[in-house]
Amino acid sequence: MTTPLANYLILAALLFVIGLAGALTRRNAVLVLIGLELMFNAANLNFIAFWRFNPHPEKLTGLMFVLFSIAIGAAEAAVGLALIIAVYRHRRSALMDQFNSLKG
Amino acid sequence: MEFIIKYLWLMPTAPLLAAGIGALLHRRQRLLGAGLAIGAILFSFGLACVAFSTTLRGGRATSNFRWFEFGTTSVQLGWVLDPLGAIMAVMVTFVSLLVFVYSVGYMAKDENFTRFFCFLALFAAAMLGLIIANSLLLFFICWELVGLASYLLIGFWFQKPSAAAAAKKAFIVTRIGDLGFLLGILYLYGRAGTLLFYDGGHGCLERNANTGVMMGTTLIALLIFCGAVGKSGQIPLHVWLPDAMEGPTPVSALIHAATMVAAGVFLIARVYPLMTPESLQVVTWVGALTAVFAAAIAVAQNDIKRILAYSTVSQLGYMMMGLGTGGVSVGMFHLTTHACFKALLFMGAGSVIHGCHEEQDIRKMGGLSRRMPVTFMTYAIGMMALCGVPLFFSGFWSKDAILDAAHHWRFSQTPFYLGLVGAFLTAFYMTRQVVLVFFGRSTNQEAEHPRESPPVMTLPLVILAAGAMLLGFFGTPVWPWFQSYLAEDNAVFDFSKLTEGGQLGIMLLSTGLVAVAMMLSGWIYFKKAASADREKDPLETAQPALFALLQHKFYVDEIYEATVVRLTVAFAMFSDWLDRKFWGGLVRAVSWLTVALARLSQTVDETVVNGSFDAGTETVRDSGKWVSLLQNGQTQRYLGAIGLAFCGLLIFLLWGSQ
Repeated sequence: MTTPLANYLILAALLFVIGLAGALTRRNAVLVLIGLELMFNAANLNFIAFWRFNPHPEKLTGLMFVLFSIAIGAAEAAVGLALIIAVYRHRRSALMDQFNSLKG
Repeated sequence: MEFIIKYLWLMPTAPLLAAGIGALLHRRQRLLGAGLAIGAILFSFGLACVAFSTTLRGGRATSNFRWFEFGTTSVQLGWVLDPLGAIMAVMVTFVSLLVFVYSVGYMAKDENFTRFFCFLALFAAAMLGLIIANSLLLFFICWELVGLASYLLIGFWFQKPSAAAAAKKAFIVTRIGDLGFLLGILYLYGRAGTLLFYDGGHGCLERNANTGVMMGTTLIALLIFCGAVGKSGQIPLHVWLPDAMEGPTPVSALIHAATMVAAGVFLIARVYPLMTPESLQVVTWVGALTAVFAAAIAVAQNDIKRILAYSTVSQLGYMMMGLGTGGVSVGMFHLTTHACFKALLFMGAGSVIHGCHEEQDIRKMGGLSRRMPVTFMTYAIGMMALCGVPLFFSGFWSKDAILDAAHHWRFSQTPFYLGLVGAFLTAFYMTRQVVLVFFGRSTNQEAEHPRESPPVMTLPLVILAAGAMLLGFFGTPVWPWFQSYLAEDNAVFDFSKLTEGGQLGIMLLSTGLVAVAMMLSGWIYFKKAASADREKDPLETAQPALFALLQHKFYVDEIYEATVVRLTVAFAMFSDWLDRKFWGGLVRAVSWLTVALARLSQTVDETVVNGSFDAGTETVRDSGKWVSLLQNGQTQRYLGAIGLAFCGLLIFLLWGSQ
């Protein structure tokens, strides 16, 4: 017997909240990036679940979305890591609370 | 005549140019300054003679032009050539020419020689402008200009306080008359609508005559006469003329004897058609009273020029009387002859003063007849002309014409008798003067060795002396050429006129009076002149009170000082007080109030307006400070905010869906 849609959604929600908490609370930029990735994959999980349980799974829309999303996510992770490294090289630190040059 | 009228304006313009150039000359360019003035007046004299010759057949030419317009009215000026103006122009340029030449000698040692000639030329220009003016307005402009020139020349030696005061007095006193004149002009303009004398039948003088309706009223005539009273030194405005003798003697001769003071007489002659019979009565009475009044004062004066000045006032009175009783020709004839012999007398007096080292007191002179023969001869001719010695002297004929006219005056015989008294007094004081100056012995050491003046001064005297004798023959009752010339008809040679209308009787009467006066005066003063004590006048010993009254000029100056001047000063002080205390206080109060209002406004501005504005801006700034704290650059906070907002949105949507 297959698990119902709600279980997937609850898992995705948990993943998202964990990711969000990580992104909001960690001081290290790398850990913030990991949190972001968790939230990202929670969204991807939602896509897959809704695709699997919708009336026309043969159209592969959800799957296609997730494929693109993963590709973009990979690129994003690469850019994010590159940014972190660049910032680290510049500031000799990867702690988020020291990065405040975005204020006006 | 048509030709000359075109160029008539050159007559005043030439001296005006000379005056203008003279004003720019350096003090040392004496020869050029004098040469310019004399050349200009010579040119004017020539032009005047040509103009005169064209008027011999009578007629009148005018040339008018528009000066300016306002609205629909235009103000016109112009010049006129008629016998009246022509004879006056010839007389003025002739006397001016001689006086200019004479001044070269008289002013030779003055360092402001060039300035003197500049002023003289200015005067000549203004006077000639006045003579040819065809508009009462232009007449008035020139009238004021001659007043200005007179002021400048009386005050020529302005470093002398008395000269400066005399200049001021002359200017102010004549101004009083001119105020009346100006009012008369305005009134006339209101009545007639034009100030042109002759304008092809539309001039203010012509219309009166043509329509026979008196546009002018007696009031207009009297107001205009006010101006003449001021300028010609008639009672009660005569006080300035004797004081005007503070100026250089050539000025006294030219302006204050021959020409400018006669301008008042000329004015009345010019506007004669406007003079109503009533106003002519006033003219006659004023003239007659002035004639006697001034002649009486002259008897007790000791300054050689002051005697002549009062004599001028008296003779001007005669002219006025002649105008009032006999008409234009009678007054103008005396004006012409008087100009000649009075200029002669003044220049002779100048020669005497020059010779006696600036001594002017006749008591200190004496015995000059041997030392200065030319001056003495010419002066004697002038004196006899003024006294009215019969037959060969012009004054006799012109004065006799006036007396004759006064005798036939239909209103009263009193002016005639006043005229006779004046003639008696004239002969008396002139004999006194001549005897004291030229006979006996001098008491003044300085005047002990007088010398004859240079030819440049005596030549004009000789020419004028000839004029003083010959001029009379042009206006005798036998051959009244002058009168006919002004009336524009032909003179007829007729001996029978002499005996008509009692004229011969009047002549004999006046001759007798003059003879008695001269003998009386001669008898009194010949003794005096020879005696050592010349200080006290015989009349003074005989009648001290009367003599003092005359010597102090009937106390007219003192009366004016006590009344008019004091009133004016009091009024001026009152005005000053009013100005300082009342109006000044009012102004100060207003200014104080304004300052107080400004202070209030300032306070309101600074506290209310500025304060509220400051408070507003501070609030904005403070709140900005608070808001800016949110933007701290911490991306995690931003993300947290987004998360919170998302949660809020979620709750809101869930809440709303139920």
